[in-house]
Amino acid sequence: MSREGWFNLALAGLLVAFPLAAQAMDEPFLVTLATRAVILALAGVGLNLALGLGGLVSLGHAAFFGIGGYAMGILASHAQGYTPLAEWPLLIEGTKSMPVIWLVAVATSGLAALAIGALSLRTSGVYFIMITLAFGQMFFYFAISWPAYGGEDGLSIYVRNGFPGVNTLVPLPFYGLCLAVLALALMLCWQIARSPFGLALNAARQSAKRAETVGLSPYRLRLAAFTLSGAITGLAGALHADLNRFVSPAMLSWQTSGEIIVFVILGGTARLFGPVAGAGVFVALEHLLGELSDFWHIWLGLLLLAVVLFARGGVVGLVCGERRHG
Amino acid sequence: MSLLRLADVTASYGSAQALFGVTLDVAEGEAVALMGRNGMGKTTTIRTAFGLVRASGGRLDFAGQDLRRLPVHRIARLGLGLVPEGRRCFGPLTVTENLVAAARPGPWDFARATALFPRLAERAGQRAASLSGGEQQMLAIARALMTNPRLLVLDEATEGLAPLVRAEIWAAIGALKRSGLSILVVDKSLADLRRVADRGVVLERGRTVWQGAMADLTPDLAARHLGV
Repeated sequence: MSREGWFNLALAGLLVAFPLAAQAMDEPFLVTLATRAVILALAGVGLNLALGLGGLVSLGHAAFFGIGGYAMGILASHAQGYTPLAEWPLLIEGTKSMPVIWLVAVATSGLAALAIGALSLRTSGVYFIMITLAFGQMFFYFAISWPAYGGEDGLSIYVRNGFPGVNTLVPLPFYGLCLAVLALALMLCWQIARSPFGLALNAARQSAKRAETVGLSPYRLRLAAFTLSGAITGLAGALHADLNRFVSPAMLSWQTSGEIIVFVILGGTARLFGPVAGAGVFVALEHLLGELSDFWHIWLGLLLLAVVLFARGGVVGLVCGERRHG
Repeated sequence: MSLLRLADVTASYGSAQALFGVTLDVAEGEAVALMGRNGMGKTTTIRTAFGLVRASGGRLDFAGQDLRRLPVHRIARLGLGLVPEGRRCFGPLTVTENLVAAARPGPWDFARATALFPRLAERAGQRAASLSGGEQQMLAIARALMTNPRLLVLDEATEGLAPLVRAEIWAAIGALKRSGLSILVVDKSLADLRRVADRGVVLERGRTVWQGAMADLTPDLAARHLGV
């Protein structure tokens, strides 16, 4: 096994061992903290598909994260208020069931990514960054000015949604559920990277011209990757909302988009476990430095500068050497 | 039947016109040599056929399909396989990954492509960027074949390679020709072209100035147009 393989295995082991140890030491807060890291990692895994494999620097992934969050908030708030979402032409009721919420989150954020991608992917480089940012901001202001679902104040849910056979109200089982979702997403990404689609996407990132001359359409490959990427980040949004039992326009803000990019770059762009390492470091810093100062972001900024200047492969690159991202 | 047909094609890079009237035909199963001195428009002609440079005038079609408005990847999918000048493999991908990324269904698959170049099978798990020049060239040809083209276009496929490797690549091109694949080939070595090509087209300053059977390209004509 390669060095990166061992690193990934160690990280996976840590993801299992850490919450168990926290539980044993009677520190449920640390379990919740780990849950947050796992969910943010999932958002990063989604972005990594577009950013790492596809080379698409999206500054609008908060839109998908937030859409996933609002999918949960809207469905659950209707369920707890016993008011249907729509009565005509057909009755749509709210729900407190996680599987249904996840499905809706994936579908809506995927659709949004398809629409945003179809328009944005006609541009590239800085223009792509700006247009995805613009779409993200559009959703942000839409959420703020939509009073039906809390507007600027957001939406609160009294009780966390349920999953068949799992007591989601207890931190550890909910963590296990989130970890299972992350594991599935990682497996999916691993398969994609080795599939003809993933290789073609990789080829189109290296040189769109060369890919075109062998009959590949970079636009279509990127659109498919962007859609899937948005759907995974949307699922992370639904979980994040469930973790906090709260959704607000802050999930849709451009700072959130920036943070998701930070997970990917900090961990190692285009590395399978990059976003996991990145989100882990981010949450750890947030917790440790956040206790010292409200302005802990300045240290994060310095760390990010150091990574970009001296360790382009991020945490994974630093440990495993060997760059695969060309 | 004519597969690729260019008639009076003109093209420019910005305000600098590069092609002033290129006419050439490649029939099914035929190998055509595209010749001319440096800077006469051979590569530009190929780039124009693939839509990488847009023709400003003239006619371009492939198997009866007008190529002028098609996007590059659609042109490639019609059955044009390009082996670009300077190899240009996907460097960070392995040999296998390069081939899988380009693969389209048809008789050419990984087994057949690596049977043509056994060295690629030996290097299957190696990054393209770490291969020797000759191996990269083989990979570029194999990658084009994996798209299952009806016409293989080779732009300077033996440039800068050691004599033994060149011989190996020319042998492969000869085998492809005998298998019935249509080929359009650009190369500096007239002797090698004579062995493989049925017909030749000579460009001078972006214009077709001679075309005919390779046997009719007399040393006198070659000296006048190609300087050899």
